[in-house]
Amino acid sequence: MNQQRRSLLKYSAVFGLMASAGLISVAQAEEWNKAAFEGKSLDDVFKSLGTSSPDKSAAVTLNAPDIAENGAVVPVGISSTLKAEQMAILVEKNPSTLAAQFFLPAGTEAFVTTRIKMGQTSNVYALVKADGKWSMALKEIKVTLGGCGG
Amino acid sequence: MSDPMRVRATEKDGIVDVKILMKHDMESGQRKDASGKVIPAWFINMLNVKANGKDVFNAQFGSAVSKDPFLNFKYKGAKGDKLVVNWIDTKGDKRTDEATVS
Repeated sequence: MNQQRRSLLKYSAVFGLMASAGLISVAQAEEWNKAAFEGKSLDDVFKSLGTSSPDKSAAVTLNAPDIAENGAVVPVGISSTLKAEQMAILVEKNPSTLAAQFFLPAGTEAFVTTRIKMGQTSNVYALVKADGKWSMALKEIKVTLGGCGG
Repeated sequence: MSDPMRVRATEKDGIVDVKILMKHDMESGQRKDASGKVIPAWFINMLNVKANGKDVFNAQFGSAVSKDPFLNFKYKGAKGDKLVVNWIDTKGDKRTDEATVS
């Protein structure tokens, strides 16, 4: 038992070393919006995206199923009639709320589809930033089989 | 090394529709292995797509993106555009694949 604990400790030490030795690139860590992705609540993520509470807008469409049979693979899409600079997908009840954030240069359509994991039935938020202002749409997706636990 | 991505890009009426399928386990850090030990998080967190050397799409992923991530987006472009797709994961592994818009 004790032996196992030792090796566990050793492993975590190794990962720590890898991080400090730069094996996990520092530049990358700076670019990746760590604070936002580690946000545990909607408010946390809204704050790191630079907004307090985005307005609901009919110009933002969240394309997602009502019921997801498999929480490990939930197709989610955002489209908008706004000139979107950024988009984000948030899942209220996931361990980390922000699932993905997209940056759209001029010339790229306000349209993204991807697939996300959901631990349980939850509200899913589609955020769109246009003209420096965030708008959103939301929808509850029912999950019959979670995709986070083991 | 990681497996290649599948990139499909088709142009219609001046809009290029790009579909990307990456091959990655996207460990969320929530799962446990058979002995009950937590499997450390390991996922793609940054993705960049360039068309003819110019950024057309950037994404940042959290742990909640599904295994073997799929992406679909559209940009104003033309047939023959050269697409270069890059991703980096949380361990610093990288993968680059190219495709031509048809």
